[in-house]
Amino acid sequence: MSKARLTREQIAERAALELPDGAYVNLGWGIPNLIAAYVPADVTVYFHSENGILGMGPRARPGEEDYDLVDAMKVPVTLIPGASFFSQVDAHVMTRGGHLDICILGGLQVSEVGDLANWRVPGAKGAGNIGGAMDISVGAERLIVAMEHNANDGSRKIVKRCTYPLTAIECVNTIITDLAVIDITLDGLRLREVAPGFTPDDVQQFTEPKLNYVGKVPEMTLRRR
Amino acid sequence: MDAAVADIPDGATIMFGGFGGAGFPNNLIQGLARHGARDLRVISNNCGTGDGELGFLFKNRQIRRVVAAFPGPGAKYFHEQFDAGAIELELVPQGILCERMRAFGAGIPAFYSPVGVGTEIAAGKEERIIHGRRYILEEALGADYAFIKAYRADRLGNLVYRKTARNFNPIMATAAKTAIVEVDEIVETGALDPETIVTPSIYVDRIVQAKGIRFV
Repeated sequence: MSKARLTREQIAERAALELPDGAYVNLGWGIPNLIAAYVPADVTVYFHSENGILGMGPRARPGEEDYDLVDAMKVPVTLIPGASFFSQVDAHVMTRGGHLDICILGGLQVSEVGDLANWRVPGAKGAGNIGGAMDISVGAERLIVAMEHNANDGSRKIVKRCTYPLTAIECVNTIITDLAVIDITLDGLRLREVAPGFTPDDVQQFTEPKLNYVGKVPEMTLRRR
Repeated sequence: MDAAVADIPDGATIMFGGFGGAGFPNNLIQGLARHGARDLRVISNNCGTGDGELGFLFKNRQIRRVVAAFPGPGAKYFHEQFDAGAIELELVPQGILCERMRAFGAGIPAFYSPVGVGTEIAAGKEERIIHGRRYILEEALGADYAFIKAYRADRLGNLVYRKTARNFNPIMATAAKTAIVEVDEIVETGALDPETIVTPSIYVDRIVQAKGIRFV
């Protein structure tokens, strides 16, 4: 296959188009962490950080870091107008309670019914880290997983049934990858877009469960339609 | 600082505030390292970064059991001892970790939660369907002591935090028998605007500034 898949940055750029103006949004680790940089200039998104910020802005410039103002990855950040601080309890009242509009997480596996595995590889040594992913997955009004379509060894990450330890069951609404945009519906997976140069049959080959689509599937665009 | 932690016995259960490097009671942690209490049961979001934060206590082998959401890739001493089987870990989703503390502080012994249903977190927990949705029973989580970092305290124990250094601190203050607070500055009672106080004095037992200790 000589056709080029999207880069991690392009997955992030495509995912940023899912964020409407005024939305309250939590971004997870991995590709989701790249998304904030691609929010269009005329769209204001209020980013939630589970250590107690709504309205988190870009990273602090060198020399302007305040180590009492960090994101969930310990990186010094800034605030946008309208930002607020609160405790960890309130941060998760927002996640679990369904108050956030959209959450975007990374993924190791997503099943055809929307189960998500993203916190631990089976058989991995060590303690493991859950963090806020389980609370976020369960409570998200709309959960998007932004990830590479296949693992480094080529194995399928969109599967009939997850074999990795689960983060939450039946929680994912949309998957955005380097090959496709796929919605998870009560009738199974619906192929919404394919990466430029790829056909639905190409994408199906890299996906375990059946992909449903009608007519011509549009190509993924990194600009708003 | 050392006097504030002098009565902590071996085997005590202690909560530690802090997240992402912000809001850790680092002076109290070092006081506890000098004090040397052992077989501690620790409740904290993470397990230190190298020698920093809780790293001191793991390095000293003072900790026997941990309840945490994100031990963290930088928790060198924790990981060494966990991998060697020297530390018992209960891994808890982060929002459930603080909600269990909130419940304890509020006199609620347990609650049903949707988080972790169908995952390994649910193992051994009672499951119940409420209004058609699956939930698991989570028990409240309390402690003998909470080590808290705040920005300002008045002499009565009212607390104000700074930015994301707030994190777990206010909730831990409600869930421990004895809340020991480390602050940057102590002001006269009445000097804090009541509208801005995050932790009311009723939850606070001891206040420590870098230069001294004050019991309230």
